Amino acid sequence: MKLRPATQHGLKGQRLAALFLLGALLFNYPLLQLFARGDMVFGVPLIYCYVFSAWAALIGLMALVVERGDSNG
Amino acid sequence: MLTGGLIVVASFIYVGLLFAIAAYGDKRADAGRSLIANPCIYALSLAVYCTSWTFYGSVGRAATGGMGFLSIYIGPTLMAALWWYLLRKMIRISKANRITSIADFVASRYGKSQILGGLVTIIAVVGVIPYIALQLKAISTSFSIILNYPGVAMPERIGSRFFLDDNTFYIAMLLAVFTILFGTRHLDATERHEGLVAAIAFESLVKLVAFVAVGLFVTYGMYDGFGDLFRRAAENPQLHALMALGGESGSYTAWASLTVLSMFAVMFLPRQFQVAVVENVDERHLNKAIWLFPLYLLAINVFVLPIALGGLLHFSSGGVDADTFVLTLPIAQAQPWIALLAFVGGLSAATGMVIVETIALSTMLCNDLVMPLLLRAAGARLAASRDLSQLLLGIRRGAIVGILMLGYLYFYLAGESYALVSIGLISFSAVAQFAPAIIGGLFWKGGNRRGAICGLSAGFVIWIYTLLLPAFAQSGWLPITFLSQGIFGIDLLKPQQLFGLNGLDEISHCLFWSMFFNVGLYVAISLLRAPDAAERSQASLFVDAHRQTPAAGSRFWRGSASMDELSTLLGRFLGPERARDALADYARQRGIRAPDALPADPLTVHHAESLLAGAIGSASARVMIASVVEEEPLDIGEVIHIIDEASQVLAYSRQLEQKSQELQAATNELRGANLRLQELDQLKDDFISTVTHELRTPLTSIRAFSEILLDNPALPQEQRDNFLSIIIRESERLTRLINQVLDLAKLESGNTVWQANAFDLREALEESLNAMSQVFQDNRLRVESHWPEDVAPIVADRDRVMQVLLNLLSNAAKFCTPGTGHVRVMLVHTPEALRVDVADNGPGICEQDQARIFDKFRQAGDTLTQKPTGSGLGLAISRQIIEHFGGRLWVVSEPGAGATFSFTLPCLGVLDDAQKP
Amino acid sequence: MPQRILIVEDDSNILILLNFLMTNSGYETRACSDGPGALKAAAEFLPHLVLLDIMLPGLNGYDVCRALRAAPAHAGTRIVILSAKGRDHEIAMAQASGADAYVTKPFSTRDVMSTVQRLLASP
Repeated sequence: MKLRPATQHGLKGQRLAALFLLGALLFNYPLLQLFARGDMVFGVPLIYCYVFSAWAALIGLMALVVERGDSNG
Repeated sequence: MLTGGLIVVASFIYVGLLFAIAAYGDKRADAGRSLIANPCIYALSLAVYCTSWTFYGSVGRAATGGMGFLSIYIGPTLMAALWWYLLRKMIRISKANRITSIADFVASRYGKSQILGGLVTIIAVVGVIPYIALQLKAISTSFSIILNYPGVAMPERIGSRFFLDDNTFYIAMLLAVFTILFGTRHLDATERHEGLVAAIAFESLVKLVAFVAVGLFVTYGMYDGFGDLFRRAAENPQLHALMALGGESGSYTAWASLTVLSMFAVMFLPRQFQVAVVENVDERHLNKAIWLFPLYLLAINVFVLPIALGGLLHFSSGGVDADTFVLTLPIAQAQPWIALLAFVGGLSAATGMVIVETIALSTMLCNDLVMPLLLRAAGARLAASRDLSQLLLGIRRGAIVGILMLGYLYFYLAGESYALVSIGLISFSAVAQFAPAIIGGLFWKGGNRRGAICGLSAGFVIWIYTLLLPAFAQSGWLPITFLSQGIFGIDLLKPQQLFGLNGLDEISHCLFWSMFFNVGLYVAISLLRAPDAAERSQASLFVDAHRQTPAAGSRFWRGSASMDELSTLLGRFLGPERARDALADYARQRGIRAPDALPADPLTVHHAESLLAGAIGSASARVMIASVVEEEPLDIGEVIHIIDEASQVLAYSRQLEQKSQELQAATNELRGANLRLQELDQLKDDFISTVTHELRTPLTSIRAFSEILLDNPALPQEQRDNFLSIIIRESERLTRLINQVLDLAKLESGNTVWQANAFDLREALEESLNAMSQVFQDNRLRVESHWPEDVAPIVADRDRVMQVLLNLLSNAAKFCTPGTGHVRVMLVHTPEALRVDVADNGPGICEQDQARIFDKFRQAGDTLTQKPTGSGLGLAISRQIIEHFGGRLWVVSEPGAGATFSFTLPCLGVLDDAQKP
Repeated sequence: MPQRILIVEDDSNILILLNFLMTNSGYETRACSDGPGALKAAAEFLPHLVLLDIMLPGLNGYDVCRALRAAPAHAGTRIVILSAKGRDHEIAMAQASGADAYVTKPFSTRDVMSTVQRLLASP
């Protein structure tokens, strides 16, 4: 029976779970409402800007965790 | 320019392309060089999540509800982060147990229950068929619209034609044929369809490209970029509202529940399970998918709002359905190619969904609904027939046709009604009911079959009652009073305000109540009873999946079987040829030459069962295997024993690790001790070397002077006398030294014989002073002594104490300046001991020497020009003696102010009052 | 011109006897009983030969030897090490420090004299 070393994979999973929580916070009521008042920035609606930027950033972080983790484990 | 013929031809070319890719993919798979061994293809295939609802419907939702449409894409993004835990485990379990559908997964987890498999299948079919109908509607609508090019006209009412005249009917049939051709070529034991996955990945690419093309066209072709578009939209107050999220808190609840729903949907929709779990070729592909799939979702949604706003601005007079903007905008701008591309993109989105979903549903229907019923009803007859594989294929194909026909029927009947438009979310809510049973099953060994059945059923019933029936009511199929007054007029049972909970939109409302009852019953009923043997073994296989070997399932089986019957059984369901091949493969794996020589042991039986499970589902496979083997059912105790054994092995290996760590620590300690021993050895060497030196020095004088005297007879008498006295002195010194070294050695090794008698310390002091009186006189030193009249006796070795006293006194004499020197001796009675002080007024001892002088061979006064007589051992010996009898020897001194050496010796008892001074 | 010999020895008796031996044979002698003093005396006295004890207070004999060897003024000076220790590695150390001869205590006066004469005779 092969015992899988929990540390390396555990860290990746935990980091991803943390990103999940971050996303849940970023894309829900309190923060979302902050940006949803119909203001414009650079001619683009603020909410549009915020959602897509935050989304892209979250994806970037997820990619970082998953791809860079490989080199360690 | 875009004639109907051209469109049809283009569609056929596109479908043909899909065929070609799928065929190529299957060919490569058969040749062993898989086309889809690429993580990007896996990630793209996951994008089958985006259907025509995404392609057309998102724009429609954005046009009415602003940014709210994004919640169903944010959800999967968040879920992707948790895939590391959830999906990885599901993939691993499914591979190990050859699970081929989501119904199989649930059934397998809860003791291979056929009931559960059937229930999941029914829920899936009922929930998803309307979703399929939606795709058919999209295809038909887009086809009608583009046929009208260059005019923009909304299609006629659905259901207004006889079905044989309806294009959509033929589209549905065509899709059925395509699905059959690529989904049911054979009963692959692992239910993988590599060609299909390649085709699906291609489709995802096409729909992304098409949508982005339209988006770019609208944003930069029709307007001057994002800024221009948004600015113009902002001028219209109604449009401006779309660029916010809406102010009422209601919309935030909707956002949140849609996010949660879509999180469940991306896991539990049958088509998602199929591509994500069943079709997965390599677990490591999941790594890229975790971020590539959300990236895809982001890319395909960037232009949704711009297109919606563009359409609203352009078709400001209304009359054009926002759902169709993706198609009608290029048409209105006289862009035939872009319109065609958009059409193909929409076609791609719809066909992808239909094909995969239908295959998944047909597998479930066949394995988990039809087969169990057949086995129950006509089991004996089935067992007798020689080749059932064709029967299974036939059932599958029939199921595909049936599903598509049902889909068409729903489309035909529901038509324009309310029921169709929001059906996507209603489908999401249906498959969300699988969440507690599956997620609970993955992480909680306590979840059992009854709990799962009750929870699932309750969730399903609530879903029907709060979402499906109201949708029917709103389409006019049920009396509307049902909604406003509740069933039988009971107010508390109003379908959209169940138990009085109002203020929630219908989706959130359903989600809340269905999860409430689903999770609640699942947990409560599971806890009512401990799991039985089968459930427990399956539970451990699932929850502990990370620690299992592939053949782990065979541990839980005991019995006897015959290879003949096993291979016959396999042949019946897989087809004789395939069964032979599979067994031959397995024999090779185990290192056995001929498949006939395979032993019918638990491993083989388990393997045979899993081969069967690939074809007919794990529940039915279990039944069939049970019919040909004599199983000794494991009772709960044995199952627990097996699980315990496994955990014991784990515990042992952990103990082993611990022991080896302890060994390491012990070795380190030993090394340290060795080092210390070496240090002590070194010290011993130093001592011997020093002693040697100290002995040789006087010997040198003695010998050399003797030789001089011998060689120089003419020396003057004075010099002769001088030299002779040196010889004598050095001889004495040598003798003294030898004695002291021996003494010290005896003291330290514990070989001395100590006497211990009671004696009077005063007497000893007097005696020693007398002995030293000559020396004092010679050096003209003054001597004082004070001691009390009566002192308690002490118990010690008198001779040794004398030795100490003489040593201290001679030191004092040595260091006093002749003539002015003054030595004072005092005896003091302390409560528990007697203290003797020997003070002199010599040069004193500096602080750093005060400790050193008690060391061996160390003497104070390196700066003296004359080397002091004495060996340097006296104080060391004195200290040994005093400490042996429980006392202390120390010095108090200041340079220039003399030195006082003191020692204490414990005395016997206290003085009587009469004896006190 | 009598040759000069510096005697470095901390035991006063041995100092006396070495002094007697050297002066009796016609050498000019200077004596000191510690390391730093030895170096200073050597600088002033510029001896042809040094009788050097190892166990000295302050600087130990090997260091004195090395210091003497390092100074170009004493390049031609002979150094004889006197020691109560006679183990092999001590002899090796003495040689490594640059001594010309090694005499163990207790020594024979005749041995010491012949060593001194031999060393001073050769150029």
